[in-house]
Amino acid sequence: MIVAQRKPLAEIIKAVEPFEKILVLGCGECVTVCMAGGDKEARETALALSLARRKAGKPVQVKSHTVERQCEFEYLEAARKLVEEADVVVSLACGVGVQTMNMHFAEKQTLPGLNTTFMGYPAEQGVWLENCLGCGNCVLEETMGICPIARCSKSMLNGPCGGSQNGKCEVSKDLDCAWHLIVERMLKFNKLDDLMKIRPPKDWSTSHHGGPRKMIREDVKL
Amino acid sequence: MKSNLQKVLESGAFVVTGELGPPKSAEREKIEHHAKILKGYVDAVNLTDNQTAIVRASSIACGKIVLDMGLEPTIQITCRDRNRIGIQSDVLGAAALGIKNMLCIQGDHASFGNEPQAKNVNDLDSINLIATLKKMRDEQTLLGGDKLEAPIDIFIGAVANPFADPFEYRVYRLAQKVAAGADFIQTQAIFDMERFERWMEKVRELGLHKKVPILAGIIPLKSLGAARYMKNNVSGMIVPDHIIDRLKAAPDKKEEGVKIAVEMIQHLKTVEGVAGVHIMAVAWEEIVPEIVERAGLLPRPQLA
Ligand code: SF4
Ligand code: SF4
Repeated sequence: MIVAQRKPLAEIIKAVEPFEKILVLGCGECVTVCMAGGDKEARETALALSLARRKAGKPVQVKSHTVERQCEFEYLEAARKLVEEADVVVSLACGVGVQTMNMHFAEKQTLPGLNTTFMGYPAEQGVWLENCLGCGNCVLEETMGICPIARCSKSMLNGPCGGSQNGKCEVSKDLDCAWHLIVERMLKFNKLDDLMKIRPPKDWSTSHHGGPRKMIREDVKL
Repeated sequence: MKSNLQKVLESGAFVVTGELGPPKSAEREKIEHHAKILKGYVDAVNLTDNQTAIVRASSIACGKIVLDMGLEPTIQITCRDRNRIGIQSDVLGAAALGIKNMLCIQGDHASFGNEPQAKNVNDLDSINLIATLKKMRDEQTLLGGDKLEAPIDIFIGAVANPFADPFEYRVYRLAQKVAAGADFIQTQAIFDMERFERWMEKVRELGLHKKVPILAGIIPLKSLGAARYMKNNVSGMIVPDHIIDRLKAAPDKKEEGVKIAVEMIQHLKTVEGVAGVHIMAVAWEEIVPEIVERAGLLPRPQLA
């Protein structure tokens, strides 16, 4: 899923300073699951904004609402009335949702209420880990299902660097070394040959480095 | 024409290489000062490439400065700061300046250094970096397939760290680097000799010592603080307690540090498959002549 985290409240308060009618808009997908921008968080954020403005002596009208999926135009219509009534929208969706909002309601500004952090998974209650960078050419079949692009701090393709110690990445003792995990799994599955194989430099042109990506599927186009 | 390092290695003599850290400034005198100290005591000297991700004068530029003084440089190339375009361009530029020895390393993560907000490039990894240089030299071809207009003359180095994990993989990693095209190897600094010897045993089992000369890394310890710092703060390094205790007990720390280094070198000379030592006395360059002399490694061979 896409993992995100709410921006510090002070930052949101500052961003909406010039506005009188605010809509906080949550999203029912990933950000609901990672507890950053679902209905509950939208309500809480709306309440917090309203209190802060009252305290500052500049009361303001804040409403909250949540759409099923902010990243697709068809779900945004459900919020049209509220959006039109507001001076500004604070989106609690990921960066994708913020942008579809700005495209769909081009006459209105939608501001980001979250920092979109990464594509990842909940490792345990309250802990999320990044594990895919969307590189456009998946190598997981070569690396025992562990992504060296997203999970190695240096995106290495051929084994762990010299900073890997005790299973941890040199960048932080709180971070597993992805290549340590890959090597262990390769040895466990008797894949020494795969371990010794030299994988050529990655073609980054399929990733963001090739420019913003566009995908066209003729088979499903209308 | 072969580099001096290559010639000394091929002569079978026990090789000594040194290391210089370029200044955090454009003070050419600083490099010259250290180069003067090392000249005649080492067969080639590494110029670090923004080591530990700290911005310093460039490895190639400083390599040219020492080359002009008659000391052979080994430039370092990390994958951290440049993509394949920048790296291949630097290789050509350095070779045009007459620099032959090039050491391929991944590079410490930028979070360690003084620009922690930098983008870590890592377009290539260290093994692919080695393969890239080999391709440029042996096939006169760039990674993307374009032909070079003329051959280049370079000698490709790589690093090995027997103290990183997983331990059982580390010798395979050396094999990968040899397969990729490494002409010589420099290891991480050794303090845990027992582990180093276990690694060398595996190296010999795979016959890798016959395929590539291995220069064992030495860092002379200047103080107890330096030893503790390396033990606790430098990634991929092991400093055993007995080394710390020995320094702690010694009245003269510097002399003890020199003694440890000299003893280690003397021992390494007896380890089958160790072709020489790489002495990294960055910020203590002036001690290198004494260590080389006391380890019985003088005079350095003068080869035509
Ligand atoms: S290899 Fe690429 S697509 Fe596959 S998990 Fe890693 S980043 Fe994602
Ligand atoms: S320690 Fe492991 S995860 Fe971290 S950069 Fe090195 S190889 Fe990658």
